[in-house]
Parts: sequence; structure tokens; C-alpha cells
Amino acid sequence: MSALASLPTLSDRLLPGGPARDLAGHLELYGPLPPVADDRRDLIRLVEESGLTGRGGAGFPTAVKLRAVARGGRAVVVANGTEGEPASAKDKALMTRNPQLVLDGVLVAADLVGAAEAIVAVSREDRASIDALGSALRERRDAARVRIATPPERFVTGEETALVSWLNGGDAKPAFTPPRPYEAGVRGRPTLVQNVETLANLALVVRNGPAWFRAAGTEAEPGTALVTVSGAVRRPGVVEVALGTTLGDAIDLCGGLATPPQAILGGGYFGSWLPPDLDLPLANEALRPLGGALGARAIAVLPMGVCGVVETARVAGYLAGEGAGQCGPCVFGLRAVAESLALIARREPGAAAALARLPRLGAQIAGRGACAHPDGALGFVRSALQAFAGELDAHLAGRCSATDHRPLLPTPLTTADWR
Amino acid sequence: MSMRLRVNPLRCDAYGHCAELLPELIEVDEWGYPIVLAEPVPQELEAAARRAAGACPRLALLLERAPD
Amino acid sequence: MTIAATAFVSSKADWYLMRATGVVSLVLLTCVMTLGIATVRRWRPGRLPRFVTPSLHRSLSLLAVVFLVVHIATALADPYALVSLAAVFVPFVAAGSPFWVGLGALSLDLIAALVVSSLLRRRVGARAWRAIHWAAYLSWPLAFAHGIGLGTDASTLWLRGLAAGCLVTVLAAVGWRVRGTKRAKHLEPRPAPAAVPSRPVRRPASAQRRAAA
Repeated sequence: MSALASLPTLSDRLLPGGPARDLAGHLELYGPLPPVADDRRDLIRLVEESGLTGRGGAGFPTAVKLRAVARGGRAVVVANGTEGEPASAKDKALMTRNPQLVLDGVLVAADLVGAAEAIVAVSREDRASIDALGSALRERRDAARVRIATPPERFVTGEETALVSWLNGGDAKPAFTPPRPYEAGVRGRPTLVQNVETLANLALVVRNGPAWFRAAGTEAEPGTALVTVSGAVRRPGVVEVALGTTLGDAIDLCGGLATPPQAILGGGYFGSWLPPDLDLPLANEALRPLGGALGARAIAVLPMGVCGVVETARVAGYLAGEGAGQCGPCVFGLRAVAESLALIARREPGAAAALARLPRLGAQIAGRGACAHPDGALGFVRSALQAFAGELDAHLAGRCSATDHRPLLPTPLTTADWR
Repeated sequence: MSMRLRVNPLRCDAYGHCAELLPELIEVDEWGYPIVLAEPVPQELEAAARRAAGACPRLALLLERAPD
Repeated sequence: MTIAATAFVSSKADWYLMRATGVVSLVLLTCVMTLGIATVRRWRPGRLPRFVTPSLHRSLSLLAVVFLVVHIATALADPYALVSLAAVFVPFVAAGSPFWVGLGALSLDLIAALVVSSLLRRRVGARAWRAIHWAAYLSWPLAFAHGIGLGTDASTLWLRGLAAGCLVTVLAAVGWRVRGTKRAKHLEPRPAPAAVPSRPVRRPASAQRRAAA
């Protein structure tokens, strides 16, 4: 992966520009990290007031998670920087450009939940992040309880129970819940699994307070967030925006549109295809009515001329292959969905029957895996059926309106094992 | 205190015995995996549900307290 | 009839009962082993429901336990068998034929573990239950050897034939098992054929920062 550098952002809290700072430079910019150990409960209340929610995709209130884990005693903190979603690069951007802030967040979280052990999980192939975090860690004297672990690079590795399974010596495959990691995770202890961006924000909330945090973003979704923008924009990359910023503004930060947009994929591969409305605010309250969600904020702009059906079919095949292979409905169901979509994409005979089969498959698969993988994939496919209804009709009639046949959405071939 | 049936999809290997023993509450999908049809388990079927859970060769069918 | 003669006759009846229940137990255990393997191999008896196979496996195993109890009780009562209560469970401590009786004791211990863990299956938990159940493959050869070792003194052709039949059945069943479990899920799903061949695409990189901060 080539060196990541920042674009000017509509905010500079998490990505203040420039390369990764050393510890001295970091402290000069952000100020010292206040001691946490004594006022645990009060500080968690402040986090609650700030309205900080998980930045990894699920958007769960951070304070609630902190409290649940703190209750257990002898906790473990896991910072999730694995970022298995191919269309997302925000965690890598954060870890390479602001590793000290991530480590601040890890230490704050460890103090808040009473953890004597903290693990930063980074994908094995992500050398840039591993190196950046490693250097940052070596500079510090307060981070003896922090270590870096490198699970294999696969789509489901970042699922919290999969990550915990791997840390416990098993495969990076999701586990059956309950118990959830906050009850019993690494070595059976209450485990806080948080995305690295969430932890970086935590470090800022603890320094600057909830009012400061809420100065950006919306009432319901305060703060800033990192967004990956790819596809038909002039300078694809990672930008930091206040939540509620419009899609158009985020795209402008990436140099603006390169070609007229056809559709927007919001929320990555577990997200949904949306109409190319540049005034759409990047906030869940705006996306939910459209059947979408921000997720991990991996936005891909599909240009005119690229076939949405073909792209969807290819990603569906990728998702089917990236399942852990543990649950029958997901293994067979997603495979059937991907095969049906491939049939339609290739305009082969039987495409109409394949299209008719999809809703039935969806009804059979939904909610029947151990994790959200099949549901996420289904949501993505379902949104495509709506967004590309016209193109689907064309395909059934044997036509495809694509003029550009180059694959757009990344579907990396993986050779990684599960351990 | 109502009970519900839940399948542990990691353990389930589509033996299909549960659906045979409790067709009122369990049917199989096109690949042979069980779908629990209703929640909670009606009182009169609780004993049968217990038997079905005990009969699963993989102990993948769980009879547990239904969340409120 | 004298007391001694009565004692002799009743002890002879007891001895016959011990041997008969022993033979029946072995035959039942053979059936139980075969049905257990049939369950894992997803065999169904014609058009009958699939659950019949494990259900029969369980029922016959409990029947085998009944016959085993009688077999052991008669062995304890028989003065010529020279088996103490301790020798029933602790291998190789019997006064008479300690080795062959001991094999039986070992087999019984394993069978007891199998039965108890299966009766308490949900409490024992799936993983532990499965681990203990592997002992079945050891319990049968021990029972068989026990029977062969102690039965040779008065074996008839049909008893030998029965023993051979049991052995052949178990060997065939184990061979069937070794051929592989007909597992429904594949461990590594192959990705579905892609509509467009997917080349590894590098992740989106952010652009160079503009000069002004």
C-alpha cells in the first residue's frame, strides 16, 4: 500500500495533517493525557455525555460498553485495527498517521475498565500500521501493558468474537454468542473490543470534555468521523469530516467527482447502494430512511458506464468466499446468492429464474448464521436489486449498459489462513 | 417463564432429527438446516422440545429461557 | 438331593446364565456400535425417519446395560467364577483368570462412562461428551477379547460363529466410519464464479496533501 497522506479535512481532530508525530510532537499538539485511574466512574459518565459511539461500524454507545466491561473486573482491552473491509482504509490512515493518539485511547480505555492487558490487533499484511504503531509504542514509557498482535488478513477477522477466538489461540472465525466478549473474551475475561478510531476519539474526549466533542457533528450523532471515499472521485482517500457533513462536501475534499455518478455505496460491503444525492448528510438518521447505514463509512462512488449489477455480483462472490465456512445457511446460502447474481451478471440463460430465487434465498438465510456476515451480505444485495432495477431488466433481456468493464470495487484474492 | 429453541449454527450439521421430532416448531431449509418457526415454545410442546434438544447428535439445538 | 448337589445344579444354571447374558451383551454391543456409526454416517432405515437410527442406538445400549448387570450379578454369585465386587470394576484383580476378567472390567468401566455421560449429556456438554464417546471404540474390543478369552473352554461351533459374525460386523462398521463422515458443511467454501475476473485491486490511497495546511 502506498504511503497515505492526508487531504485537507473538514476537521483535524484525528488526522491533523502531516506524517506521524513523535511522542514529543504529539504531546505538543494534543496536550498531556490526564490521569484516569481515580475518577473512573465520573469519566465514563463524561464519555456518555459526549455521545461517543463506536466508529467500527456498529455504532454502539461507547460508555455502555465501558461500563459493561468495567463491571467484570480483571478486564482486557482489544483495539481493533484489522480493517478487513477492502473498501475501507480509514483505520490504516489513522494508525499510520496518528499512532500515538490511538495508543492514548488504548491506555485510557484500559484505565477506565481496569485492564492490566491491552492488545492492538493489526492485520498481518498491514506492515505500515504495524511499523507505525511499533515505533510509537517503543517511544512510550507508560505503555508496558500494551502489545501488538497480528491476526491474518481476512474479511471476518475484525468481527469481535473472531478476533477474540484468534487471540485465544484458535482460528479467526466468529464464535457462538452468548457469551459476548464483554462478558467473557480473551482467556475468559471481560474484554473491551473497540475500533481504533473510537479509541482515538476517547483519548480526545478525556482531554477536552464532552462539550468540545459535541462542537462537531449533529445532536444525535456528535463528533467527527473518518470516511474512506473511493471510486469516481479525483483523489480517492481517507478524509475526516464532522458527522452530518454532506456527501458532496466529503467528495469535494477528495477533489470532486471524476465522472457523473450513477450510485453511491454507503457503508462498505455490508452497506447499501444509494441514489447519488450529493446533499445526503453522512449521518445514520439521514441514511436509515433510505434503508442504509453509515457502517464503517466506506463510500464508493459508482460512475456512469460501470455496471452496478456486475460489481454487485463480484462483491457477492467475494463475500461468499470470505465466510468462515462454519454455518450451513451462510455457506450454502451466500454461495447460491453469488451464483445467481453471477448468472444474471453474465446474462446467461436462467437469469430470470436466478433473479426470482434471490428473495427466497434471502428469507432462508437471514439471521441464521453465528455472526452478521450473511445478513450484511444480504442487505448489500437487496439494496442492489432496488438501486439497479433498470440494469437488472436490461440484463434479463440480454443487454448490459456498461461502457467501462474494469472492476471497480476491490475484491482481493486472499491466501491467508485462519490462524 | 417461557422457553425458546435456538440453533447453534456452528455445531449444527444438518442431521435433521430435530425437524422430524418437532415438526410443529422446526422445519428444514433447502440445504437441510433447521429453521425455528416460532418463539416462545408453547407450553404443551415443551416436553417434546426438550426431547428434540436432547436428541440432536451434535447438541446444536438449545432449549433456553426466552428473553423478555 | 443333597445340598451339595442342589448347590452344584444351581451354580451350573447360574454359570449358564452368566455365559448366555455375556453372549447377548456382546451381540447387543455390536449392534449398538453399528448403529452409532450408522448415525454419524447419516444412514436412515429406508423411508423411516432419520432419528430412528440414534434412537435405536440408545435403546439397545440401555438393553445391553440390563444384560450386563445380570451377567455381572451371576458372575458375582457363581463360586466357580471367582469374581469379587472389586474385580468387576478394577481390572486384573480377580482371583480366577485375572487378565481376561480384567479386560471385562476395563470394558465395563468404559461402558459405564459412556452411559453415564450420555444420560447426563446436556450437563456434561457437547465437547466432553464427544471426547468420552470415542472410548466406545476401545470398549468393544475389550469386551470381545474378554468373551473370547473366557469362553474358549466350552465354545461350540455356533458360539464361535456368532463371535466371528460380531467381529466382522464391527470391522465393517469401523471401515465405514473411517471412510469419512458425510459432513454437510464444507470447511472452506469456494468463492462463487465471479462475473468479472477479480484482480487484486490495491486499496484506495489518499492523495497528496495540498501545500497549505
